Amino acid sequence: MKIIGLIISVVTGALLIYAAVDFPALYDPASPASTYLSPYFIEKTMEETSVPNIVTAVLADYRGYDTMFETSVIFTAGVVCFFLLRIPRREEPEARYYRHVLTGVTIELKEGYKIPPSADFERIDAVWTPPDLIIKTVCRILIPFIQLFALYVIAHGHHSPGGGFQGGVILGASVILLAITHDLRTAVRRMSEKAIGILCAIGVMIYAGTGALCLLLKQNFIDYRALAGILHVDPITARSHGIFMVEIGVGIAVMATMIWIYNNVSSAGRYRQGL
Amino acid sequence: MIWQIDLAILTLVVIVGIGSIMVKDLLGAAIMFGAYSFLMCLLWSIMGAVDVAFTEATVGAGVSTVFFVAAVFRTTRRTKD
Repeated sequence: MKIIGLIISVVTGALLIYAAVDFPALYDPASPASTYLSPYFIEKTMEETSVPNIVTAVLADYRGYDTMFETSVIFTAGVVCFFLLRIPRREEPEARYYRHVLTGVTIELKEGYKIPPSADFERIDAVWTPPDLIIKTVCRILIPFIQLFALYVIAHGHHSPGGGFQGGVILGASVILLAITHDLRTAVRRMSEKAIGILCAIGVMIYAGTGALCLLLKQNFIDYRALAGILHVDPITARSHGIFMVEIGVGIAVMATMIWIYNNVSSAGRYRQGL
Repeated sequence: MIWQIDLAILTLVVIVGIGSIMVKDLLGAAIMFGAYSFLMCLLWSIMGAVDVAFTEATVGAGVSTVFFVAAVFRTTRRTKD
């Protein structure tokens, strides 16, 4: 079986390399992509959309459908992870463990008893490792800056590399960092499962809603020039603003999906102990 | 494009790519895959595709490595069946 797999992958690889010979050479000015498509974007993007970063303009405006369904793919990935892994909470009575924050004393409560949530006691799992003070403190200082940088990446995608996907992933990574350094319960308390699911759908809805709004204003789907009337700007600036609205939607959807996947994978769907 | 750096990174990409599927330890494979993503990110930025390099750095080298490690953490040394 191993040999058959090896033969198949070698043959496929050889075929792909053979096919790649027909590609136009890198940086070839006579290749089909460089003769009419790239010059159009390079020359017209600035005057048509007023966005200096051509990649952002192509991604969210000229090729808006592609990006919209990319966002839906990410949303689907999060939902699939949820349905495959999440074990619905059965409220079977079991022993609960609480740790007194100041003294570090752990108490075990028999089935059915619980302590109301307060600042003095935190609920812990049967397997509990004390988080390191240095790591916790450094991450607590670092996380706000990571989130600020993520917002900058989303908002500054018009002028520099970046945009909704990258910024959303960085935002999600900041919450994942919280879950790794503290524990999953802390992260879920900050960002509950319900909030994540709703944000995930809201992100896709912002994108599709911006497109549908253009449709309602008697233009084509994802033709942001239609937004000029609502935003009180000229159609070219409206395209730039439309791209920004869409990027916000992408950022929210990607952020929520990354946290959702991490929560489900790291706790095997139980939402108790994380990594 | 500086061809020496290009060649060095391409060689490392091949080595790390083969290494990540040959390594027996799953955690090691996950880390090597993260290194592979990072090298690809360097390769994209050498080619001038900065946006792709940024995406590769955040998604490939950053979050997907965490996902792999989280998934490996939930496996056991021996299979149960």
